[in-house]
Amino acid sequence: MAWAAYLTAGWIVLAGFYGIVTSRNLVHVVVCLSVAQSATYLLLLSVGYRWGATAPVFSDIRPGRPVVDPVVQAMTLTDVVVGATVTALLLALTVQVSKRRGTVDPDALRTLEE
Amino acid sequence: MLSAVELALAVPFVTAMVLAAAGRWLPRVVVDAVAMAAALTVIGLLGVVLWRAVRHGTVVVWLGGWGPHGGISNGIPLVADPFAAGLALVVAVLTVAALMFSWRYFTEVQAIFHVLMLMFLGAMCAFALTGDVFDAFVFFELMSTVAYVLTGYRAEEARTVHGALNFGVVNSIGAYLTLTGIALMYGRTGELGFAAIGERVRAAGEPDAGLLVAFTLLCTGFLVKAAAVPFHFWLADAHAVAPTPVCVLFSGIMVELGVYAVARAHWTILGGTADAVLAGFGAVTMLLGGVMCVLQPHIKRLLAYSTISHVGLLLTCVALMRADALTGAAFYLLGHAGVKSALFIGAGMLLNRFQTVDETELHGRARGMRVTSCLFLLGGLGLAGLPPGGMWLGKVLAERAAEPYGWWWFTVLGLLAAGLTGGAVLRVWLRVFHGAGAAPTRHPVEHEDAETAEPTPRKPLPMLVPGVLLLGGGLLTVVLPASAVAGGAEVFTTGYTEAVLYGEASVAPAGRPPSPWTFSGVASGLAGIVAALAVAALGVWGGRLPQPARLGTVLRGLHSGHVGDYIAWVLAGIALFAVLTVVTR
Repeated sequence: MAWAAYLTAGWIVLAGFYGIVTSRNLVHVVVCLSVAQSATYLLLLSVGYRWGATAPVFSDIRPGRPVVDPVVQAMTLTDVVVGATVTALLLALTVQVSKRRGTVDPDALRTLEE
Repeated sequence: MLSAVELALAVPFVTAMVLAAAGRWLPRVVVDAVAMAAALTVIGLLGVVLWRAVRHGTVVVWLGGWGPHGGISNGIPLVADPFAAGLALVVAVLTVAALMFSWRYFTEVQAIFHVLMLMFLGAMCAFALTGDVFDAFVFFELMSTVAYVLTGYRAEEARTVHGALNFGVVNSIGAYLTLTGIALMYGRTGELGFAAIGERVRAAGEPDAGLLVAFTLLCTGFLVKAAAVPFHFWLADAHAVAPTPVCVLFSGIMVELGVYAVARAHWTILGGTADAVLAGFGAVTMLLGGVMCVLQPHIKRLLAYSTISHVGLLLTCVALMRADALTGAAFYLLGHAGVKSALFIGAGMLLNRFQTVDETELHGRARGMRVTSCLFLLGGLGLAGLPPGGMWLGKVLAERAAEPYGWWWFTVLGLLAAGLTGGAVLRVWLRVFHGAGAAPTRHPVEHEDAETAEPTPRKPLPMLVPGVLLLGGGLLTVVLPASAVAGGAEVFTTGYTEAVLYGEASVAPAGRPPSPWTFSGVASGLAGIVAALAVAALGVWGGRLPQPARLGTVLRGLHSGHVGDYIAWVLAGIALFAVLTVVTR
């Protein structure tokens, strides 16, 4: 059944990408970025998952009981923090784009090439 | 007691925190002095580390003392081999130059700018020095996030925030793909250290398709940072709008750190022989960057595209998977860091004086700026491969390394890249500083606000000094001890795992690389200069050639500034990269 988790992660990341590519609103772009990122949470957690294992908190379980991998959980937590920072920052930039250009539609923003 | 490596990372972050807390009550001169002192301290510490790494072999520090036993470790290493320490040192030197430049350049800057610069310094050094892939991801994200903020620093301008947003979305996607690769790699090997992953991969025999896909995903973020085509779209948007001192760091070292990470991952995890797929990406990058560079009238964008072209050459050097090619790449990187930073500083001088960096608007207006004029002339020649500049030396060494593979196209593309990028800068020099060619007819569309409140008074010496010094450094890279650089390349390619996991740091007994002062070496440099002069002359007096002009419209249309388009390109690029890597291995 492990493959189901991997497939779901792949599906989520593609959904996020599809959202960004076709988006008509920069806020939507930033949210889609978060969607794509949430695939990494799922992937990390499923990489470290063990069937029949419990949480890696050793205070109240008997020794020898299998636990899931705590390393990926720490990585996921770091990933969540990174994601929150990036989302906040990109939304702040979106607010500025809206103020200066009067639109948040990527199609309506002029090219920077000129 | 913290080691020098740990201190070099702690100093910028701690100073940044102190300045963030106290900066608003401190006068500007104190903030400047503290930030500068911190950056100079980092230079000193990293100098010691580099010296030790060159003399006594790679310095490995296991955080918290969680060292390995019999090659197995749960800890997180900082690995300062000569290349990693050298790159971190370049970061620190460029930061000092950028701080010095902004001392007079930003008259009304707040302490938050210094905080960001110091965090950028710390994050880039940590990225270069870490020996752990997940930490590499974290520091990658940290330096990227700081970079988005620095790009959008002048948030009152629409172009600026638009460029920063594009930069942010594209780089974040790259970082998440890298994390996906790290997760898959961890699932396969149960390890997170570069060296440890490599040990497990080699123990498992020939890498299969799953591992190769994980590897390509791992590299994607680094390739986005390195601005390999088709992941490069963010770069010009960000460089064109970022403040000049920030551009110095972006072009001089941040983009190159992406190449470094690809090289590190490639050697430690996959190893093997020349990687034709990566070379292909590098070749296209070299060519497209050069062509886009020539098509640009906006000087900062022009310099940004030339960076793309030069990074393509560095990627191709890495793809050769040879120590002697890496020696060339190291010299090329150093030369490029000096020359390109000086050119960005020159562009900043123009922007400061005339509130524009559009070549057509500036036509003939900068006749009086003698030093800046020299920066552009020598900078253009340096990009074209003026002996004895670092870019000339690096390119000659890399061409020698490519010979055994029969990669004749490397020499051709290297010449094209040198001619196109150098020629574009020389064209700017002719037109802006000498009023050469026909006077422009096009009227300005949009003025940029100067990055400073008002044009800085005459004799802006603190702004020019770093430019002149960097240019001199870039053109005199040849004085570095070549055998030490070659030894660093040797350690990078062969000694990593032994040093990290088994504590057997060695100094590779590499001989001096072959002298570049041969007929073919000097001829290669001169050919680049002739090509650059031809490109410049054609640009100034050649008029518009109909066929390339149409091609140019198409190419420039692709760089649409539309973030959705950029992400579509990234997806196409990663799919192509993964498929080709799996098929060709």
